[in-house]
Amino acid sequence: MSIVLRQRTAVALRIDLVGLAPQQLAGKSGGEIARIELALGRRRVALGDLFDVQSDGGGTLVLQTLGDQFDRIGAGLAGGEIRVEGDAGAYLGLRASGGRIVVTGNAGPYAACGLAAGTVEIGGDAGDFLGAALPGEHNGMSGGIVLVRGSAGARAADHMRRGMILVEGDCGDHAGARMGGGTLAVLGRIGARPGYAMRRGTLIGLGAAPVPAITFNDCGMHRLGFLALLRRAWADVPSPRFAALERADVRVRRWVGDLGFGGQGEVLHWSA
Amino acid sequence: MILNGVAIDDTFAEAFGMKATRIVVTARNLAWARIAGVSMTGFATSVIGCGCEAGIERDMAPSETPDGRPGVSILLFAVSTKELTRQLERRVGQCVLTAPSTAVYAGIAEGDPLPLGKQLRYFGDGHQISKVVDGRRYWRIPVMDGEFVVQDVTHVTKAIGGGNFLILATGQDEALRAAEAAIDAMRGLPGVVMPFPGGVVRSGSKVGSKYKALSASTNDAFCPTLRGAVDSALDAAVESVLEIVIDSVTDAQMRAAMSAGLRAVCALGAERGIRRISAGNYGGKLGQFHYRLRELLP
Repeated sequence: MSIVLRQRTAVALRIDLVGLAPQQLAGKSGGEIARIELALGRRRVALGDLFDVQSDGGGTLVLQTLGDQFDRIGAGLAGGEIRVEGDAGAYLGLRASGGRIVVTGNAGPYAACGLAAGTVEIGGDAGDFLGAALPGEHNGMSGGIVLVRGSAGARAADHMRRGMILVEGDCGDHAGARMGGGTLAVLGRIGARPGYAMRRGTLIGLGAAPVPAITFNDCGMHRLGFLALLRRAWADVPSPRFAALERADVRVRRWVGDLGFGGQGEVLHWSA
Repeated sequence: MILNGVAIDDTFAEAFGMKATRIVVTARNLAWARIAGVSMTGFATSVIGCGCEAGIERDMAPSETPDGRPGVSILLFAVSTKELTRQLERRVGQCVLTAPSTAVYAGIAEGDPLPLGKQLRYFGDGHQISKVVDGRRYWRIPVMDGEFVVQDVTHVTKAIGGGNFLILATGQDEALRAAEAAIDAMRGLPGVVMPFPGGVVRSGSKVGSKYKALSASTNDAFCPTLRGAVDSALDAAVESVLEIVIDSVTDAQMRAAMSAGLRAVCALGAERGIRRISAGNYGGKLGQFHYRLRELLP
């Protein structure tokens, strides 16, 4: 059971897909779905003008995109599954509170922004502000799991509160900036000033050693008990690379900081 | 009813409703998990004088525990949730937090929450860190050997305390051998602990005393040395009596444990000096659970 929307032609303007969720489309015929209006710049267009629609009544929503113009895919998603075969635009899974979103290609900025629960999997790269807070807001991701198979841009986990972000590739500058909780784990390289202004939370670098700012204090090498719990959780994530760490029994280097902001956060280097 | 030469009294064990919780204690190796478990469940034989009854339910393999380390499953029983909360916090704080390399997790996932690390976290003096993994909150408390990981809450469940049976034998050695056989058969069964030393009680009690200050006193009817002095329940061949007391999470688990213990005693038979099996009760008016011995056998 699925609803398949296959993009016919590329468009230049951005298109807002907020509200296009499996629950909203369940039970609708292909014709009814094709008549749903979408915002295309300042105009409104019928969904059927952009997509070929195939529906057998519900289930997974499959979006086959030709570019990254589609914003707010899965915004507010509470359940069900959305699969994007191609790229996604900005605000993927914005404030979603459940369900599963899978993107085979890349995702734009602010993916999983304000995510409260559920999972977001990005097969390619994620843009800046992955799992962050919207501009002007103070709470980023507050739950759920985000997996990026490629790399993430700058400011990943900015203002993150709870939940887990796993990045198989690299992370840009200011990763974990202003974190208030949660976990960001990166298999690749972490950019400049990791954990800048973080109050709480955990930033784990599993590749090259991160270089925290001078406002982080080195606490040395340790075997931390809670990492066993994280490894168990990673075993359930569809990432063979993170799952392979499940049996690792490691010592990690621990920096605490940002001491200018309470110093309750931590940056860990895990030589996997 | 006579089984293998052992007379089974037509009587019942009278047990009571209690509140219980289960926690999982893990450590770097099973030896240290057991040390923490034994320490935590020490002086927890009877709610009358200890506040709770507790014991190690079983050892746990690394594949069964939340952090993949060997551990033990511990059951605690108390007369109220309030007392259970107090005992759990005090015992985990004094006996598990202090034991090297240990961590503590909830062993029951449903029911009203019972604070576990919720209060203990303050030992961290502000350096404690909360971590939510898979929807469960854990506390990481810095300690001198690294960090103590403790789950925020466990849960409380209704339970049963005071299941029992009495082994009447021709001598102390015979009674002890039968009690050990019963405990061997019962230990490790799911949901039960035998809270007394080694699982066995030699000082069974009756309600009341000639001394006003005491609410319970020696069970003189089953004391062999008083056979001629009181209204004794023992015949001339019985020289020693031992009691097994069982606490369980469910009624079915109590029945399974009592049945296993009774069978083990009967299997020794009259040839090994076992004369009778009886049970302790208060006339059936105090406890809501009655376990008739003959229904649990053969």
